[in-house]
Amino acid sequence: MLGLDKKDTSTFLLVVALVVFAPFLLNPFPDGSELAQFNAGYPDLMQRFLIFGIFAIGFNILFGLTGYLSFGHAAFLGVGSYAGVWMMKLLTMNVVPAIIMSVIFAGLFSLLVGYISLRRSGIYFSILTLAFAQMSFSLAYSVLTPITNGETGLQLNLDDPRVLGVSQVGGSIPAANFFGLAMRDSYELVLGNWLFTFNAGYYLCAVVMIAAFYVSVRIFRSPFGMMLRAVKSNQNRMNFTGLNSRPYTLAAFVISGMYAGLAGGLMVAMDPLAGAERMQWTASGEVVLMTILGGAGTLIGPVLGAGFIKYCENIFSKINDNILYQWFSALPDAVADFLVFIIHPFIGKGWHLTLGIMFMLIVIFLPGGIMEGISRIGKLFSRKKAEQGPNGTAAPAPAE
Amino acid sequence: MDAIFLQILNGLDKGSAYALIALGLTLIFGTLGVVNFAHGALFMIGAFCAVTLQRILTLSFETIDPERLDFLGNPLKVKTPYVESWFGPEMGAAIIDWSVPLAILFSIPIMALVGLMMERGLIKHFYKRPHADQILVTFGLAIVLQEIIKYFYGANPIPTPAPAAFAGSFDFGAMLGFDPNVIIYPYWRIVYFLFSAAIIGGVFAFLQFTTFGMVVRAGMADRQTVGLLGIDIDRRFTIMFALAAVVAGLAGVMYAPINSPNYHMGMDFLVLSFVVVVVGGMGSLPGAVLAGFVLGILESFASMAQVVALFPGINQIVIYLVAIIILLTRPRGLMGRKGVMES
Amino acid sequence: MTLIRKPLSRRSILRAGAAGGALLAAPTIFTSRAWAAGYVNEPTGSTVTLGFNVPQTGPYADEGADELRAYQLAVEHLNGEGDGGMLNTFSSKALKGSGILGKKVEYVTGDTQTKSDAARASAKSMIEKDGAIMITGGSSSGVAVAVQALCQEAGVIFMAGLTHSNDTTGKDKKANGFRHFFNSYMSGAALAPVLKNAYGADRNAYHLTADYNWGYTTEQAVRESTEALGWNTVETVKTPLAATDFSSYITPVLQSDADVLVLNHYGGNMVNSLTNAVQFGLRDKLVNGKNFEIIVPLYSRLMAKGAGANVKGIFGSTNWHWSLTDEGSKAFVQSFGQKYGFPPSQAAHTTYVQTLLYADACERAGTFNPCGVVEALEGFEFDGLGNGKTLYRAEDHQCFKDVLVVKGKENPTSEFDLLEIVEVTPVEQVTYAPDHPQFAGGALGSCNSGA
Repeated sequence: MLGLDKKDTSTFLLVVALVVFAPFLLNPFPDGSELAQFNAGYPDLMQRFLIFGIFAIGFNILFGLTGYLSFGHAAFLGVGSYAGVWMMKLLTMNVVPAIIMSVIFAGLFSLLVGYISLRRSGIYFSILTLAFAQMSFSLAYSVLTPITNGETGLQLNLDDPRVLGVSQVGGSIPAANFFGLAMRDSYELVLGNWLFTFNAGYYLCAVVMIAAFYVSVRIFRSPFGMMLRAVKSNQNRMNFTGLNSRPYTLAAFVISGMYAGLAGGLMVAMDPLAGAERMQWTASGEVVLMTILGGAGTLIGPVLGAGFIKYCENIFSKINDNILYQWFSALPDAVADFLVFIIHPFIGKGWHLTLGIMFMLIVIFLPGGIMEGISRIGKLFSRKKAEQGPNGTAAPAPAE
Repeated sequence: MDAIFLQILNGLDKGSAYALIALGLTLIFGTLGVVNFAHGALFMIGAFCAVTLQRILTLSFETIDPERLDFLGNPLKVKTPYVESWFGPEMGAAIIDWSVPLAILFSIPIMALVGLMMERGLIKHFYKRPHADQILVTFGLAIVLQEIIKYFYGANPIPTPAPAAFAGSFDFGAMLGFDPNVIIYPYWRIVYFLFSAAIIGGVFAFLQFTTFGMVVRAGMADRQTVGLLGIDIDRRFTIMFALAAVVAGLAGVMYAPINSPNYHMGMDFLVLSFVVVVVGGMGSLPGAVLAGFVLGILESFASMAQVVALFPGINQIVIYLVAIIILLTRPRGLMGRKGVMES
Repeated sequence: MTLIRKPLSRRSILRAGAAGGALLAAPTIFTSRAWAAGYVNEPTGSTVTLGFNVPQTGPYADEGADELRAYQLAVEHLNGEGDGGMLNTFSSKALKGSGILGKKVEYVTGDTQTKSDAARASAKSMIEKDGAIMITGGSSSGVAVAVQALCQEAGVIFMAGLTHSNDTTGKDKKANGFRHFFNSYMSGAALAPVLKNAYGADRNAYHLTADYNWGYTTEQAVRESTEALGWNTVETVKTPLAATDFSSYITPVLQSDADVLVLNHYGGNMVNSLTNAVQFGLRDKLVNGKNFEIIVPLYSRLMAKGAGANVKGIFGSTNWHWSLTDEGSKAFVQSFGQKYGFPPSQAAHTTYVQTLLYADACERAGTFNPCGVVEALEGFEFDGLGNGKTLYRAEDHQCFKDVLVVKGKENPTSEFDLLEIVEVTPVEQVTYAPDHPQFAGGALGSCNSGA
């Protein structure tokens, strides 16, 4: 289907299904119950899952295929965001021009950075990209304040021109929209004790993300993708055969930069603000972590990694002692106190600690990231099945 | 002229901090082949050794002073450190005053132990894993370590002053016959520079002139062959890791009076020190030290008002700009070897 | 099937459903379009949820922790637990200790990480997931401005925490946002006369300024106020936010003919720059026969603690200090100190007061509707909350009240007793016109209830 082989088609359909039904899947616990704290099915976080998923998919095209580890991809996301907000300030609140401009600007900037950085390989390449990103961040935070609004971040104002739209509607800034459909509009569905939110912005992100995922699958399976893999396995040998690998790696770099810009554009479409911190090295490091945690070089891995990190960040940081006491309210006071004392360091202000420990555990025990974990579980089941089977023939385990 | 002289001093001072951390990073990378993102955390733990010793020395008992009231209107509890009651107020105060130099002795065993535990418990299992995995796991470790410190000491910086004897400044100007009080430099920063120079010299001498150092250098060049010769290279590498941890820790202890330690000071230095290592050339100890001083001095010059007036924002980006220029003109940094971390 | 407007507190919908005794069996669709009255997250159950969005990780985590303590205390007092704190001294008597408008106050917490993006994500989750009707907190101006804009868009009230930049109620002001904390202009206006008295009118000042918005507005405010009293500004130098070692910015001061150094730094920057300046012997220096002096325009106790003995004798300004002896401050210090064992910081004070002010405004307006609350807060005059008579000015949603000029204490009696109040600058002296050039640009717009 769609030019994909059978296995990729099923992967693709799985992703589509997951994305479309996420509002259900991410809200497994009934509202008002103690576990509702762990629900992630609200628009902002679901949008973030997809946006960072796109970012990680793009990063994976560069890192997963060519092995070039960029530590500066956040800069492209940042440049994309700034371009997007400027379109909304100058042109219109329709998100389409903003997203398109984000991609174009990020693409141009990544062409520049990639052209220079790809002269070196290995860690020297990583440090070059890091240096570019840190320079962008520092300048955006300080001397470029007229363009970026510095620390506060670039935002919309009531007196922005918006030549194709209106500056303000009754004293408010008009809402970001897709040809009239406001991004923050939602439909809510109450089913028994559950409440599900279907947000317009989320489904716009979903469409874009599915398209981005499809493109990435096609790239992975194309001759171009083969060429990139060849760069990873042995660039020297490739060069000896007379092929110049640089145009291929540069193309991969720019494509992944455009993905980052797309993510940045969607980010401002959902929430019209572009902050300089988006470009800091920690943000670049975050997408590296997402990709490797999920499973570099796999198709879905980076998306899962992105979801994992954003979930930790947004859910664990919001649990406080009060909530813990509610959970343990059925227990005797002394036991509840003790449990809260034990759990306290890991939640709320301690969410970094939880994240750090989870990183370490995943890296130590699952070198291939979350995807390896999933395939191991898969193997476990298929082996069991095989053992229980009448003939006892071992089913071949899926390799990927 | 004065200004330039002072900025060179600043640069040497800053550079010695960069060089010390970069040296430790390179030691671990060069010998064990591990990219250690937790090295900044070791530096931070060193600084907190100084904080901890200060806390231990100022452990106090409380006596109630009914004459004075605290903020709630209750009688004020006056704290007296135990050391002051044991050794008399003057001697006790002097001991507390010297807590940072004392922390040097205190930190060496602690840092060696931390280093040993890290290497045996975690790093050892990552020798054969890809660099990306090493970066991830040590980065995770760095987060865990700094969060543990934050849990016990809070996020606020904690003042750890140098002994009062080092409080003043040395007047270079007066010594060289210029106006007094213009070219001055704080004693503690001079001490820090000399201390760093001594440590750097010590590490080089150790590698150059001892049999142990010779074996380690051989191991850096060709680990397999050294192993085949029947030398237990693993044990030596463990010791090297502990040594690198001690170097980072000492740098942290001595840095504590310059800037009050806080839990994220390691991360603040981490990225910069990686840039330093790479600019120096991966795997080259002299390169790391050289790059540390070069970048430190350039950073100091770039922060001068006259320079910033010419190139706005240059003080924010100088290190990265220089790194890009050096890497584009010298493919493997200042003194890098071919084939290290290039694929 | 019922068609109802979307923005409702999810919790309250379900609680209302449960209280009605019947669970909704058939699917009910709530949409965002049709419905006339109402507003975002209207509390329909027996509780109302407030969102406390403070830095829990990053360099300002301790300040955030103190804000959170104050919020918890405020919620206790609003719900009628504890000793009531400032409710007893507050000039408005609308609050009775029975929650807000009869609804019990609940709260959710989040982490701003002192980053605009993270702070907005956290605030959004409070609004979308937890049904928070008001967001408050924060420890930096960048975050305050970003979250304020978000709340304006989403249609909830934002009660700013610690934010000192002029922009929060200047060019970035919003109808749904309110600031109790003072600002850069007020710091400059309060400090300048005190400095003139202490150090004379003939001084040469050298500014080191953190290179971001707050630094710019503070530098401008202090420079303009001191120049108006005859000081001369020798040089202003911007320092990178990421700087940890300020030696290369301090040494040029040695060679200039400046005799005052103004450190427009906050947090870790201020701790380090002050420590470095003292290390370089600036305070022992004599220039033109005058003692060299250092000034820190914005002080906080946590910063003073981080800088240790270096703060002794150094002037600065602060919004509030626990050693104030008015009834409101005493009541607050008493109940905070009883609960936590140490006196509250200025960040704790401003967040506690903001929570009370919001609750009181709801009571007086008789509704949680943001537009009603805005109306109740605009032009509201009150007393008994620790800063004397205070006005929430309608034009820019800034509180006007007395400002404290403080000095690092020479002989502290405890680890909290680091600052002493030098002067309480009366409100008239720090009041400015709404269109003052330092606050020019921007407009409040109209209140948004999300309707």
